[in-house]
Amino acid sequence: MTSLLTIKDLVVDFKTRAGNARVLNQISLELKSGEILGIVGESGCGKSMTALSVMGLVPSPPGKVSEGSILLEEEDLLQASNARMRQVRGGIISMIFQEPMTSLNPVFRVGDQIAECVLLHEDISKTDAWERAVEMLTKVGIPEPALRAKAYPHELSGGMRQRVMIAMALSCHPRVLIADEPTTALDVTVQAQIFDLLKDLQRETGTAIIMITHDMGAIAELADRVAVMYAGHIIESGLTKDILENPHHPYTRGLIACVPHLETDPTEVRPYLSEIKGVVPSLTELGKGCAFADRCPYKTPVCEERRPDIEPISEGHAVACHNVEYVVAV
Amino acid sequence: MATVDEPIVVESQSPIREAMRAFRQSWAGMLGLILLILVVLFTYVGPFLYSVDPFEVIWAPLTAPGETERAPLGTDYLGRDILAGLIHGGSATLYVGLAAGFITITIGILMGAFAGFFRGAVDEVLMRITEFFQVLPALLFAMVLVTLFPPSIYIVALAIGIVSWPTTARLTRAEFLRIRTLEYVNAARSVGAKNSRIMWRVILPNALAPLIVSATLTIGIAILFEAGLSFLGLGDPNVFSWGLMIGAGREYILDAWWAVTFPGFMIFLTVLGFSLVGDGLNDAFNPKLRER
Amino acid sequence: MNMAWMVVRRLFHAFVLVLAVLVLNFLLIHLAPGDPADVIAGEMGGATEEMLADIRKTYGLDKPIYVQLGVYLERALQGDLGQSFFYNAPVLDLVAGRAGATILLVVTALLFAIAVGTLLGVLASHKPKGIVSGLVTLVSVVGYSAPIFWTGLMLVILFAWVIPIFPIANMFDITKDTGFFGFILDVLHHLVLPALTLGIVYLAQYARLTRASMLEILGSDYIRTARAKGVAETKVYTHHALRNAILPVVTIAGLQFGSIVSGAVLVETVFSWPGLGTLAFESILARDYPTVLGILFFSSVLVIIANLITDLVYRIVDPRIRTGG
Repeated sequence: MTSLLTIKDLVVDFKTRAGNARVLNQISLELKSGEILGIVGESGCGKSMTALSVMGLVPSPPGKVSEGSILLEEEDLLQASNARMRQVRGGIISMIFQEPMTSLNPVFRVGDQIAECVLLHEDISKTDAWERAVEMLTKVGIPEPALRAKAYPHELSGGMRQRVMIAMALSCHPRVLIADEPTTALDVTVQAQIFDLLKDLQRETGTAIIMITHDMGAIAELADRVAVMYAGHIIESGLTKDILENPHHPYTRGLIACVPHLETDPTEVRPYLSEIKGVVPSLTELGKGCAFADRCPYKTPVCEERRPDIEPISEGHAVACHNVEYVVAV
Repeated sequence: MATVDEPIVVESQSPIREAMRAFRQSWAGMLGLILLILVVLFTYVGPFLYSVDPFEVIWAPLTAPGETERAPLGTDYLGRDILAGLIHGGSATLYVGLAAGFITITIGILMGAFAGFFRGAVDEVLMRITEFFQVLPALLFAMVLVTLFPPSIYIVALAIGIVSWPTTARLTRAEFLRIRTLEYVNAARSVGAKNSRIMWRVILPNALAPLIVSATLTIGIAILFEAGLSFLGLGDPNVFSWGLMIGAGREYILDAWWAVTFPGFMIFLTVLGFSLVGDGLNDAFNPKLRER
Repeated sequence: MNMAWMVVRRLFHAFVLVLAVLVLNFLLIHLAPGDPADVIAGEMGGATEEMLADIRKTYGLDKPIYVQLGVYLERALQGDLGQSFFYNAPVLDLVAGRAGATILLVVTALLFAIAVGTLLGVLASHKPKGIVSGLVTLVSVVGYSAPIFWTGLMLVILFAWVIPIFPIANMFDITKDTGFFGFILDVLHHLVLPALTLGIVYLAQYARLTRASMLEILGSDYIRTARAKGVAETKVYTHHALRNAILPVVTIAGLQFGSIVSGAVLVETVFSWPGLGTLAFESILARDYPTVLGILFFSSVLVIIANLITDLVYRIVDPRIRTGG
């Protein structure tokens, strides 16, 4: 598989009243065509900012992409013109958001909102664009699509609206779909439906998906590979199977332990912590050490001194921790 | 996303002192306050320093400003001193503005409080009345009132009050509707407080912030109203006011720009003072908006 | 909710308001000091005893008050707003003859204010701390605080004395005979200053309002969605954001219609614009009460109609209201 999207050493800064916040710090990621890449982490760790950087939608000011590159195959999107980025957005890379309730424009019919996307990216008549909208609504499993296309967002439920968002995002057959916590705002039963839908569509169209979530369960179900983020850094990445079964970074281990496993015996004593103590540090106050050091049960003096680089530990599995061997041994 | 840095509360202060501190930091509020102080000094201290009678003819009519020391800002079409008019014209305007503002706010708070507190049929009836008063073009209605009844500044103030209260009523109602469901109102009710006590002692104090802002703006609007009526010659004919001066100078505007420009500018400064103070109070009461 | 049923309810509501204005007029006649017949005749109508007797008979003034109210309402609803003794014409004719000029002025000023105001608001929202933003704030504070008749007079000085390019009085030049289109152009030429004076106050308010709601909307999720699907920035502003930002402007413009009519009274007086405002002013000076009350009634009806239209427009621009959501 070839590399479709490559993020290299991406740095994004935000100016706040408290000083400069380095929201993304030397992020490197790779998305191969046709795969589902999961990005996990707590809120505020930079997952969404990574997505917005790819889309070229970092709110500016106060945000600014300071360093790095984002390659779509060979083309650096950070150097692309505005006109080119408009072609890319929605046409080659599209995105769905966390809040289906507010992500659709309340004064336009949903069919028109989907058709607008098609009209922007394809040389097609208005009637055909509307046809495509109805077709997409059918694809995402909306009953009576011809009728629903004429509905306004407020007439649809949250799950329906997220389906509309997915239909819109996929309407121009993009090569990459970024899903930013697509189910967080939805009921649990609806969440499962949306996941199934994404999985089916992915199989059918071969669109590569970047799945942003804080839900390890969703990752286990969907993702081929995972990147774990913490305070603007990627601290571990690898195949989903490796990460879930053999997590190396103390933070990843904590995240996995937070997920209750129905199949495990509740009386069994857990080998590691089931909550992560403390909170994510303020990004304006990151020192030179490891960002996780304050919350880490395995902290050693070197953790406060120097930030660990992300290093491969086996084929496709990389970790940023000074004490990997020790952590795994415990 | 960047983590939001919450300001740390260093010491707790009473909301009034906190608002006053915030007001002092408001650029608009302080400018407005200074303007108002200057206007009040000009109107109430001015007559002692500059004792020319505004009704007295002192020089040739339509003398331009600076042509004679007797009338530094020129004379009107009868030869009366413009500066004297400015000094003496303010008190009626301020009086009517404050009185009409007071009437407006009283009626508005009463109507809004009862509508918002009792809801249901009371609300329905009171809001229909409010709506009715909003349909009447206020100035025309006030014009009718001051012509049907013998003109005096009291009638003018009353007429302005009668036509302007609906906005305050709607605001009060909205605040009462919002606050009546809050926990501390339920708490007061659960210890057996009477309706009247809950309305005036529990809810009203908590609704005061937006009402004070609105009252400030209301006074400004009332002053504009008074000026409009006086301009049309429908004010109290025995009282000198800025609006009256503009109305009188209007015919001669191309011969004597000063006769209309200066009094209008005084009205403008006064109303500007009130609306800037309103802006400042708004900033002081809504710390969230201050960030914008 | 059923659209037809909604329209019927609104119309009924409007009708009740119209009746209420008539009742108010009736009350004013009777609450005013002195003989109601004198009020109806008008102080300067030079009413003879014979005329007063006639009025008492027509309006049933010797009968109980509720009968009088009934008579008054019945006559009014048939279009009889009384007789102006000063102008020696039916009030309805007088009012109808002047209403067109006022409607032209008010509607022009309002459309001008909404169009330019929203445009400025959108420009200001693009750079929240830029020059346009500062200008909008400044003009709205000044426009809000300056008496409208004074603003008008200042424009008169400016455009009659400093740069004389616009006529400063009347609605058309009676000395010119330029045919139909010439006449239209002449009226428009005369309309510029009054409409500008009346419009500028509201223009600034709408600009400020549009700026505020645009800033809020530009940060909303659906604008991010629009950008994410590749909509060009200009279109994000004009299509996706403005369509939502215009909603509060429509609401406020509807609510303010009464105040715009009030402003028109003053502006008409300043520019001798031959509308209801100047008529009201003249008839008040003449103590011609039937005409004054007729104008109060008619202008209230204008506001009621304007409110109905606003309601309708709002339903068209906001689908959430339209479908009762």
